Amino acid sequence: MNRILKTTESLCYKYRYILLAAFIGLIVAVPFLPISRVIMRLLIMIALYSMLGMGLNVLTGYVGLVSLGHAGFYGIGAYVCALLQVRLGVDFWIALLVSGLFTALIGFLSGLPSLRLSGSYLSIVTLGFCEIVQMILKQWESVTNGNYGIRNIPKPVFFGMELNLQNGGFLVVALVLALLTGLGCLALKKSNTGRAFLAIRDDELAAGMMGIKTSRYKILAFVISAFITGLAGGFYSELNGYIEPTNFVFNISILILSVVIVGGLGTVRGMIFGAVVLQLFPEVFRFLNEWRFVVYGLLLVLMMRFRPQGVLGWQSTQPYHISKRTKELLKETVTTKGGIGG
Amino acid sequence: MNAFIDAIINGLVLGMAYALIAVGYSLVFGILRLINFAHGSIYAFGAYMVYFFVSLNIRLFPSIVIAVIISGLLALLIDKVTLEPLRKKNSQLISNLITTVGVSFIIQNILSVEYVFGSEKKVFPSLNLFKNVQIGNITIQSSQIILLVVAVILLVVMSLIVYKTKIGLAMRATEQNTKAAKLMGVNVNFIISFTFFLGGASAAIAGSLIGGYYQVISPTMGSLIALKAFAAAVVGGIGTLYGSVVGGLVIGVSECLAAQYLGSNIRDPMAFVILILILVIKPNGLFGKEQIAKV
Amino acid sequence: MNDFLEVKSISMHFGGLAAVENVSFHVNRGEIVSLIGPNGAGKTTVFNMLTGVYKITAGEMYFEGHDLREMIPQNIVKIGISRTFQNVRLFSKMRVIENVLVGTHIHTKYSFFESLFRVGRFKKEEAKLEAKAIGILNSIGMGDIVDSFANSLPYGEQRKVEIARAIATDAKLILLDEPAAGMNPAESAELLRFIRELCDKGYTILMIEHDMNVVMNVSDRIYVLDHGRLIADGRPEEIANNPKVIEAYLGEQKHVED
Repeated sequence: MNRILKTTESLCYKYRYILLAAFIGLIVAVPFLPISRVIMRLLIMIALYSMLGMGLNVLTGYVGLVSLGHAGFYGIGAYVCALLQVRLGVDFWIALLVSGLFTALIGFLSGLPSLRLSGSYLSIVTLGFCEIVQMILKQWESVTNGNYGIRNIPKPVFFGMELNLQNGGFLVVALVLALLTGLGCLALKKSNTGRAFLAIRDDELAAGMMGIKTSRYKILAFVISAFITGLAGGFYSELNGYIEPTNFVFNISILILSVVIVGGLGTVRGMIFGAVVLQLFPEVFRFLNEWRFVVYGLLLVLMMRFRPQGVLGWQSTQPYHISKRTKELLKETVTTKGGIGG
Repeated sequence: MNAFIDAIINGLVLGMAYALIAVGYSLVFGILRLINFAHGSIYAFGAYMVYFFVSLNIRLFPSIVIAVIISGLLALLIDKVTLEPLRKKNSQLISNLITTVGVSFIIQNILSVEYVFGSEKKVFPSLNLFKNVQIGNITIQSSQIILLVVAVILLVVMSLIVYKTKIGLAMRATEQNTKAAKLMGVNVNFIISFTFFLGGASAAIAGSLIGGYYQVISPTMGSLIALKAFAAAVVGGIGTLYGSVVGGLVIGVSECLAAQYLGSNIRDPMAFVILILILVIKPNGLFGKEQIAKV
Repeated sequence: MNDFLEVKSISMHFGGLAAVENVSFHVNRGEIVSLIGPNGAGKTTVFNMLTGVYKITAGEMYFEGHDLREMIPQNIVKIGISRTFQNVRLFSKMRVIENVLVGTHIHTKYSFFESLFRVGRFKKEEAKLEAKAIGILNSIGMGDIVDSFANSLPYGEQRKVEIARAIATDAKLILLDEPAAGMNPAESAELLRFIRELCDKGYTILMIEHDMNVVMNVSDRIYVLDHGRLIADGRPEEIANNPKVIEAYLGEQKHVED
């Protein structure tokens, strides 16, 4: 088994640029491929939930702060994007960006209590956050239209062409967003910010003792996580053309969490896998209907019991990849001196 | 003025019920340093069990007794099946957290499945067992009196158990230092099971009380109340019994006052607002102890 | 006043308990100073006081002119003091090289956005840091486990990685908390050599240690703590024959005749 993992991983790494190019090629080809409406929707949802998973992953997988309230960020992003378009006639692309930024701001504010809290306490506060967002969405009728939600959200327009389900435009946007998010997360992980996140997760005290300003980084994680989730929300508001508060209830937070847990905490590949599983699942097991949610809960329990790292969350079998530049620098130092230090 | 006193009375009564649930949190947290998210769902489960037995034409009181015992056993089972294996593996906090979230999700959604109970509200037998009491201009319902009295009795009983019995001593010892307690001959596994049973039983009683107070139950009643009770536990200082009582009263009274003067939709989020306030101002709660980091 | 590390009459009270009482000591640049004493004497507490984990109850601490009392741990690392821990505190799910790279965090010269988009100074700086981390690991003989995950290492190697991580912070003063714990004689002899080499390289070491062989053979000076108070200080030879020190470790001497 280990052998298979090792080979797969090394192949994926070796041909990573080719794989990337292939994926981009696929995205470009979408409008020309004969994809049925049902499959189109499914793929969009998978891409969307991959993105949502990646967003939550930054906070929960990288830093280890379990959020049970991400549906709140999702909802805020969706409503901001929808309202900007419907009430103020703002162009979709700008509305999308603004919704991401606004949600990031909310992420910043909701990250502040996290500084004093840890573990379960934090999670409960996130739960409370989700409930508060629900309340605001339902109550602030003058703005959000309360329980009726917001309708007739216009479709995005790209160089004069409307993007929708039929012409594959939605799928392209979803895939592009997911791709950019994935690349961003991978870049994040292999940088000092990513290392700071992981260090805080593994041992917050030691991280602080190594000079990492843990408060700053925890807030940053909230901001990034909220930004990604907000963008996803903005996109979601376009999907059906209408949104309402019940689209963003606690159950959705758990769904997003399940994507992360089942797929593989802390890994980008896990998010995609988790999204696939959790979107295919209700299709395949349609007869389960209401019992679906019971199964989600069961999945969480079983994963924690038998495979807490998630299905694709194994520890990497690959060596740490250093850049060519690093190798050259190392060659230089070897020829100069020995002893401690570089 | 009447409205104000009504709100206060309501608040006190509700507060005691919250305190009862909060105590369940505190007990488990004290022993395992774990917030049991499933606690709220056991509260709902208990209420539904009473509903179920009553619908089989069993009288109210025996129904409650059976439901309480079953709920206690369920809580115990949850620990044994899902949490104990994690303890054995020395799992991280995240695992425990997500496990209890998963369990609460399972229980809550099983209750709401059409085949089982369905997601609409169900009518619960009333606690209004005798006539209202009049004090001047103020009307106090019998359900309020019963809820208050029962909650107080139970809290006193729980305090007695924890502070005055041998098993309570074992509980406190396990809470302070599990290894030492083991070495002193305490059967730690039994104590943990007992603590869960106690927590589950008290949650079920609280469920019956609040169900009877509002005369309606729904599968999601657990999650909301769980948050409020957790807020109560934290406000008072998690891990302390009397803190839970004070916290419960604070939450209960604020909630009712908010509902009265700010509108009924502010009622539920009020608990979170207070929770966040306390966590920002005094994270250890009103009576909690400072934790010092050991390096 | 010593211009490197000067500690004057520091005390640490936890409620009614005086964990450290009126302790004064200093460390000169380039020295290896050991802090010894029976278990519970307060040695690690002193480290925690120096590194900002605890806010001291009384006294003064200066490092190269900086007043350490009000500084947060992160800034103390910035001015050149780093440490290891009694119970090794590596980042268990990260690789060895990543652990050491965390040590370079405070001196990283690129911004968040540069790292996100892989532009600007990122590539150059990241390569520099990676080379530095690998260099440090190579020089302590850990070159072949660079890729390993910290949780897969045996205890002795974990300790060494922790020291590498402390070195990576470009610290001038390194606080080692029981570096030889759990090591066999061969390993501690190796550690001895390693610490001397650190000193030759210009690092100053303040070390808590129980292994007397290591302490006596490598220290320039020794301070002895017991029940939170300083009971002796001086060179290794002086300390070895100090009756107060012997008494602290072995308890009161009983008269054999009875």
